[in-house]
Amino acid sequence: MTAVDALGLVADIRARRVTAREVTAAALERVRARDLSLNCFTAVLAESALRDAEAVDAALAAGGEPGPLAGVPFAVKNLFDVAGLATLAGSKINAGHPPATRDATAVARLRGAGAVLLGALNMDEYAFGFTTENSHYGPTRNPHDPARVAGGSSGGSAAAVAGRLVPLALGSDTNGSIRVPAALCGIFGLKPTYGRLSRAGVALFGISFDHVGPLTTSVRDLAAAYDAMQGPDPADPVCADRAAQPCLPCLDEGAGDLRIAVADGHFASRGEPEVFAAVESVAKALGAVRRVTIPENDRARAAATIITASEGASLHMDDLKSRPMDFDPMTRDRFLAGALVPAALYVRAQRFRAWYRERVREILSEVDVLLAPTTPFPAPRIGQDTIEVAGLEVPTRPMLGLYTQPLSFIGLPVISVPVAGPTLLPLGVQLVAAPWNEAALFRVAAVLERDGVAAVRIAG
Amino acid sequence: MSAPPDPSGVARYVDEAAPLLGLPIPPECREGVVRNLAGLLAAGLLIGDFPVGDTETAPVFEP
Repeated sequence: MTAVDALGLVADIRARRVTAREVTAAALERVRARDLSLNCFTAVLAESALRDAEAVDAALAAGGEPGPLAGVPFAVKNLFDVAGLATLAGSKINAGHPPATRDATAVARLRGAGAVLLGALNMDEYAFGFTTENSHYGPTRNPHDPARVAGGSSGGSAAAVAGRLVPLALGSDTNGSIRVPAALCGIFGLKPTYGRLSRAGVALFGISFDHVGPLTTSVRDLAAAYDAMQGPDPADPVCADRAAQPCLPCLDEGAGDLRIAVADGHFASRGEPEVFAAVESVAKALGAVRRVTIPENDRARAAATIITASEGASLHMDDLKSRPMDFDPMTRDRFLAGALVPAALYVRAQRFRAWYRERVREILSEVDVLLAPTTPFPAPRIGQDTIEVAGLEVPTRPMLGLYTQPLSFIGLPVISVPVAGPTLLPLGVQLVAAPWNEAALFRVAAVLERDGVAAVRIAG
Repeated sequence: MSAPPDPSGVARYVDEAAPLLGLPIPPECREGVVRNLAGLLAAGLLIGDFPVGDTETAPVFEP
């Protein structure tokens, strides 16, 4: 096999240097060999994957067009519906649900583009966490250091890509759940604009903030997967009625005409020096010297926390009432507390959200792309309840969302790009744009990748 | 900003409100629920007094 990223595999398969079946068989072998230690997969669909790969090979042999992701093995966070599997969403409760009868829209669109689904991936229960320390299915381990978390809640997705089990995975992001694990595992992750990609067939968590998106080892793969999933979907009332705006064709446009600034204040404090150094290395490479200050980010986090807890509890109210002890101890008390939040507080949080959106819109009318760290520190150890950051002992898990939560709160598109740190543990830098301007993010990410500033280091 | 929520007051609220919602709190969860709710109410204080003017909530209901 000559290629490592998804589009490299597509080129090899189309040129008949390798068959899609061989690619899928090799991916299944990597899963078999490595997943016992990483614990990414909760279901492996070997038989159907090989069948799908053979269909790609047959289409090519017949002179057909199997799609832009022909033969690319991928896997999805287990909150995406996959026909024939119960949609676990990281829970024991959902294991008793009947199997899904059809694929989630995002999954169906990737399969329609020729990608081959290998299975479903571990996550924090009901997406309520940043570490994928799942008590039912075990923690997913970071491929760069198995004693450390992969991040979450899309930890299985990030570790499966960083561990080279698959070149493409899907995750979901409510407060940072694509960006945090992408950063801690050292890969690319996209949280698109709220409403850009369909959530139909996805087990929701915080309906005001839930997004789906891809995780990959290259910018072009991120764009190809994103492009394949774009477009309206009547099955999701949140999905915008907007035509697809493909980003793969934008990758060579450069970033010279884009106004790029570093977010300071909240986004330049309470983190380890190495994460700010990572942001500075990105800013320097892009020639970005301007600083901008987004106001009231702690209040944005507070409001996002209230909305998430309330909406999450509401979605699971029946099970919280009837079988609370079947919830993961890592989420149970937080869900129960969320069920007791006064409604007036929830509405106040939504009003603050609108206020905050206006302030950030003003800033993004003068800046095309903002730079900010993804997490305040690299991957913590599994089971680590507190961590010393910038001289203060703080709770590890909620702090992982310090820089991601205010941005998803108002649905901005963000790419987390991987940047090497001073140790073997990777870091992430967020590229942030105005709503619907994912193209600017892809252009900047492509420049950073081309210049070696953003780079995926092979793990294991 | 208002004073942070009194933990014993939060505990009383949990004990009184949860049964009214038909939400039994298992004894082994009570301490964690009270701690987490106190955190959520403290977060509420951060936004409760903040002037947002006549800002409406973001969602639009389309009949």
